[in-house]
Amino acid sequence: MDQNRRKFLKLAGLAAFGATAGKYIDIIAKDTAHKIPIADSLSTRDLPTVKVSPKNRWAMVVDLKKCLVEEGCTKCINACHKTHNVPDIGNPKDEVKWIWKEPYENAFVDQENYYMTSSLEGQKIPIFCNHCDNPPCVRVCPTQATWKREDGIVMMDWHRCIGCRYCVAACPYGSRSFNWRDPRPFIKEITPEFPTRTKGVVEKCTFCDERLAKGLEPACVEACSTKALVFGNLNDPKSDVRKLLKENYSIRRKPGLGTNPEIYYLV
Amino acid sequence: MYDSGKILIGIIVFLILFTSPTWYDLVFGTPAKKPNLVLPTKADQKECVMSTDYMRDNHMELLNVWRDDAVRKGERIFITASGKDYEMSLTKTCLNCHSNKAEFCDQCHNYLGVSPYCWECHVDPQSLEKK
Repeated sequence: MDQNRRKFLKLAGLAAFGATAGKYIDIIAKDTAHKIPIADSLSTRDLPTVKVSPKNRWAMVVDLKKCLVEEGCTKCINACHKTHNVPDIGNPKDEVKWIWKEPYENAFVDQENYYMTSSLEGQKIPIFCNHCDNPPCVRVCPTQATWKREDGIVMMDWHRCIGCRYCVAACPYGSRSFNWRDPRPFIKEITPEFPTRTKGVVEKCTFCDERLAKGLEPACVEACSTKALVFGNLNDPKSDVRKLLKENYSIRRKPGLGTNPEIYYLV
Repeated sequence: MYDSGKILIGIIVFLILFTSPTWYDLVFGTPAKKPNLVLPTKADQKECVMSTDYMRDNHMELLNVWRDDAVRKGERIFITASGKDYEMSLTKTCLNCHSNKAEFCDQCHNYLGVSPYCWECHVDPQSLEKK
C-alpha cells in the first residue's frame, strides 16, 4: 500500500508540473520579449528607463566654500529655471522660484555658534527644496498632489494640485511657490520638453526627476562650474555625497523641526 | 370657445416663430465644417502606439494612464503590441509624429466643442515657432 501511495504522489506531482510548465515558459519568454527592445533602444535613443527604487535616497551636498568662489553666480538658478519653465514675474509678491539665494544668517536662523561661520555672514547662499525625509508639506496636502517617492524625492503632481496652498503654509523653508497668475507670459524662452504650470497650482523643485529617469544629474548640478553642488545616493556608502558628509562638517536648515532635510551644507 | 379663430391664428404664428431657427437653418444654413485630419507623414513611424480604432475612441484614457504612470509611478516607458517602446510623453512622443496640433488634435476637438486643458501647461512646440 505504502509503495503505491508514493508512486501516486510522484506521478501527481509530475503531472501538475507538466500541466503548468507551459505557462512558466510563456512568462519567461514574455519577460525577455519585453526587456530586449528597451535594451536595444537605449543605445540609439535616450529613453527614461531608470526606475524609482527604495534602494536610492537622493540627496545633495552644497559646498559653500566652492559655491561662493564666483561672486553673484546664478548659473544653477538659470539652468534650473530655464529647464523647468519657471517664470520671472519680477514682482516679489507673485514670485515663483525653485532655487534662490538667501543671506546665510536668514537661511540658518538657528545656527547660534559665534564666529564659526563668520566668513559666511552676509553672503548669499543657494536655497533649494530640502526633499525632507519627514516632509510637512506632504502631510497637509489634501489631494496627495505632493508625496514622497520611494527614493526620497518629494514630488509634485501638477495635474492633481487644487491650489489650496496648505503646503506653502506648512513648508518651513519657503520652498513652495504659488502661481497667482498665468505664468506663461513671464517665461522668456519656453522649453517645450517640460510643461509650464498654470494659474492656481503650487510648484517647487522636484530634484529633476525627469533627468534622473534618464540617468542624468539634476540640471543645477550639471550647470555648476565650481562643482559646489554634489548630488548622489545617501544609501550608497561609496557615493560622493556620503564621502563628503563623512569627511566634512555639515549643517542642515532648521534641524530642530524634525523634518530631516536632505540638502547638506558644508561650511 | 370664444374667439377660437384668433386664438388658433395666434397659436400658429407662435409655433412658426418658435420653430423658425430650425426652419431657417434647414433652408439657408450651411453644415458644420467636418474635421479634416492631416495624418503624420514621418517616414520611420508607420503606426501609432495603439490601433487607430482604439486611439480614436480612447486616446484620452490612454493619456490619463500615461500621466499617472509617468508622474506618480515614475514608469515612463510604454511598449506597444508590436514590441516598440516609447516614452510616455504628450509633447515628446505624441506631438513628435502628430506635429501639427491645429490640423490634427484641434480638428475633432473643435468640431465636438471639447477644450481639453492639457495645453494650459503642456507645450505645443509648433506654437512656439510661429511666435
